[in-house]
Amino acid sequence: MKVATQTISASECLLRMYDEHHEIEDYQKGVPRWCTGCGDNAILTAVQRLCRDEGLLPEKTVFVSGIGCSSRLPHYMNTYGFHGIHGRALPVAEGAKLARPDLDVFVNTGDGDCCSIGAAHWIHAVRYNMDLTMMLHDNQIYGLTKKQASPTSPIGTKSNTTPRGSYLEALNPLTVTLGISNVSFVAQVVDWIPEVLYQVISAAFHHKGFSFIRIVQRCPEWLPKQMDPWMHDPQRVLLLHHENGLEISPALAKVYTKMEEHDPANMNRAREIASSDDPIPVGILYRDDDIPCYEDVRHDSRLRTAEMVKNGLNAELDKFTVWPEGATHA
Amino acid sequence: MAPDDIIKPNKPAANGNHVNRVSARLKEHIVEIISDSGEGAQKCGQSFGSIVARMGHGVWTVEIIPAEIRPPARSVAGASGNRIRIGEKRVTNGGNETDLVVAFNEQVLLGRVRSNELKQGCTILLESMWRDDPNLSIRSSYVETYKQLVAAGYRVYEIPMEEECHKHVTDSRRGKNMFALGMLCSCYSLDLQVARDQVALTFGKKSEKVINTNIELLEAGFAWAEANLDFRYEIPSSKTTEPQIVVNGNTALALGVLASGMEICAMYPITPATSASHYLSDAFEKVGGVVHQAEDEIAACAFAIGASYAGKCTVTITSGPGYSLKQEAIGLAVMGEIPLVVVNVMRGGPSTGQPTKTEQGDLMTTIFGSHGDAPKVVIAPGTIEECFYSVITARKIAETFNMVVVILSDANLATSQAPFTRPSFDEAWLAPPIDQSAVPAGAKPYDWDPKTGLARRFIPGQPGGMHTLTGLAHDVNSHVAYDPEINQQGMRARSLKLAALQKTLLPPTVFGDPTGDLLVIGWGSTKGAIEEAVEEFREEGKRISSLHLTFIQPMPPGIKEILAGFKKIITIENNWSDDPNDEIIDETNRRYSALAMLLRSRYLFDIDCWSECRGTPLKPNTVRRVILEALS
Repeated sequence: MKVATQTISASECLLRMYDEHHEIEDYQKGVPRWCTGCGDNAILTAVQRLCRDEGLLPEKTVFVSGIGCSSRLPHYMNTYGFHGIHGRALPVAEGAKLARPDLDVFVNTGDGDCCSIGAAHWIHAVRYNMDLTMMLHDNQIYGLTKKQASPTSPIGTKSNTTPRGSYLEALNPLTVTLGISNVSFVAQVVDWIPEVLYQVISAAFHHKGFSFIRIVQRCPEWLPKQMDPWMHDPQRVLLLHHENGLEISPALAKVYTKMEEHDPANMNRAREIASSDDPIPVGILYRDDDIPCYEDVRHDSRLRTAEMVKNGLNAELDKFTVWPEGATHA
Repeated sequence: MAPDDIIKPNKPAANGNHVNRVSARLKEHIVEIISDSGEGAQKCGQSFGSIVARMGHGVWTVEIIPAEIRPPARSVAGASGNRIRIGEKRVTNGGNETDLVVAFNEQVLLGRVRSNELKQGCTILLESMWRDDPNLSIRSSYVETYKQLVAAGYRVYEIPMEEECHKHVTDSRRGKNMFALGMLCSCYSLDLQVARDQVALTFGKKSEKVINTNIELLEAGFAWAEANLDFRYEIPSSKTTEPQIVVNGNTALALGVLASGMEICAMYPITPATSASHYLSDAFEKVGGVVHQAEDEIAACAFAIGASYAGKCTVTITSGPGYSLKQEAIGLAVMGEIPLVVVNVMRGGPSTGQPTKTEQGDLMTTIFGSHGDAPKVVIAPGTIEECFYSVITARKIAETFNMVVVILSDANLATSQAPFTRPSFDEAWLAPPIDQSAVPAGAKPYDWDPKTGLARRFIPGQPGGMHTLTGLAHDVNSHVAYDPEINQQGMRARSLKLAALQKTLLPPTVFGDPTGDLLVIGWGSTKGAIEEAVEEFREEGKRISSLHLTFIQPMPPGIKEILAGFKKIITIENNWSDDPNDEIIDETNRRYSALAMLLRSRYLFDIDCWSECRGTPLKPNTVRRVILEALS
């Protein structure tokens, strides 16, 4: 939330509070067309809750996405949204953020969108470290194009392009992200623990820098039983908690007893944890609040006036000017 | 070389050497200075260009760039330098063959001879140090080449540049170029003080010692030529009354970006576009701008789109291969109606093609590129001055019509320098502040005007304007829609905007009479060469005119009426078209050049074409030959 700097009267203040107070319904738009049981629904609910809890102004909030099931999310948000082209959500979001650091920009992308066609942008987005919150909706399959293996499909996944099972080991988005210079926030959550899902998205939003959240989610249509072993056995989930990370509620702690106190500043341990897919780690793996943001490095906060452009242009033109004899250089 | 008249023999040089120096008055001359890469010929050429511009001559300089960064020394393909055309009047193009060359070795010279760039019998000032080189093969190569050149009728002067420079510096690699500059100033009777001032400016960022050494070498070269050369030229100059700026097309584009009030340029390095971004990277930040070097061409375009979407119209600068990569993103900007300026500095294609060479091969891909019907505005500056103003115009159109505007420049404009009237800043060039006012109740993000297709754009931050922009087919509310009527409606609106823009354009001006025997049509960087050749014919009394198109999509009104005034019409372009004389080429399979194809289909006139893809700028002589063939 940006704080208004000018002083306002008490009555105006009350009016503004009324204007700027939003219920969760204020962020909802339309009826999602995702399949019943799709993890995207849980993510949508979590971000709408976040918007309400943070009191985000709908007009100052932008959800940017690429192409795929995940990328329909902006259509269900009553904020500004940008549903672009396959794989390119990140550069669009970066451009918007550099032009307008006053906007809160979120990115919703999928395992095909981010880890395959848009992989170059993913790596560089981590390096730019712009203040964006990115959610990787990872259901380990191409959904919208009807079941093809994705880079995160476990080896042996049967799909329409791999009828005898996929041939390659799955790409691990966490270890990849943790290996990139300037990485500043890496977390993993699962769609079936909404409480932690919300906590992590909230922590990511509050992190100043590029927050990378891999959300392991179910695809009830194409891989309906894929996550069952992890869902049905809390012992196969490793909950990460720390005073600088997540605080686990007593209720949750009763169910998920496999926990680790992990300091998000500990990169070596983060990489070890990230390497495991069983038990599946859930929580904040890594956080560094001191990495400079690209927009802070590059954005010029001076108020741009016509005078400034005029003077700048004339100073540049001076370098190339041939003055007629007798003319002054004024 | 055909001097108009011999003026006077020169008086003896100050050092007592008596050389009978014959002075000739010329209308124009073309000078080249070439060396191995890194020997400073480019700096010499640029400084020479600036000096003659300062003295009021017309001038057009072109960089001679080898394809490699450090080609082997003394290699035929390694010629690096500058080509300067000096004239008494304004010079609009690189002209024909070269009249005088300064070469630092005979191998780079051979490269120019073999590519037919030198005029038969032209004057060559050749570094003579190789005659005494310790390496036998170098010695014999030099002597052999010298003999061949003399036998072929070239007027070769052997100049001990190395030896003379060593009287002033220990490393002649640093400074020989200034010695050469001094010689040239003497050859063309230029004011030595103006030259001194220019050298001081050229090395302005260096220490005083460096500046003084270079001025010393300049003076040495000048004095040597005064004492030893038996010729001198004088080209009349006409003093300009207003300040001129001397830049190449890429710098002009970059200055245009700055002047247009844009704040972000997103790019990825590619030849020959990058020098625009190099310059902008230095200059832009001073006025609060940012050059973002993205991870790839697609990201650069998407980044620009994101920034434009957020309210700040942005430019992305690229060349052919990068332009191809951006196609899908450009389609997104068209579909979402996001203002965007794309600069394509064309090079030889297809594929990697000829990165450092010029071509006009991207017109069709620019107009029709991106899948589906993706209408966008295409403008092609014809001069270096137009490179500057085209960016300002492009941003204005992009924001007024919420469209993609592509500027087609090319390697010829990008690497050529010529003076033009110093622009005078106008506040109207800038965009208004971003609209952050509340959207009126009931307004829709794509409230297409049924007549013009135009819709008001909602910018993030505007209360009540929340919507999700999408690359999918959408209705007036930006809701995804597969309804046949809605898709038809959206396609219509995006297309109508081109017609709406067309209604605001003025008919183009014919160069020459509005009727005649032949109309030559061109676009982009060939303007100067075509008009020069046409002017020559007109002086001879021929009924020939030319038409140069800056707006290619949409085409301005009035073209049909112009075409109707001529018996024969031909386009001359720097791209591919089949030769109708080839054995298997006939009217059923002949492929026309790009502009001819567009004009034939739109105006139903039997428009002929001539084009070539040699990678070199079009020469007035070539245009002359083509016109003569067309008339016969």
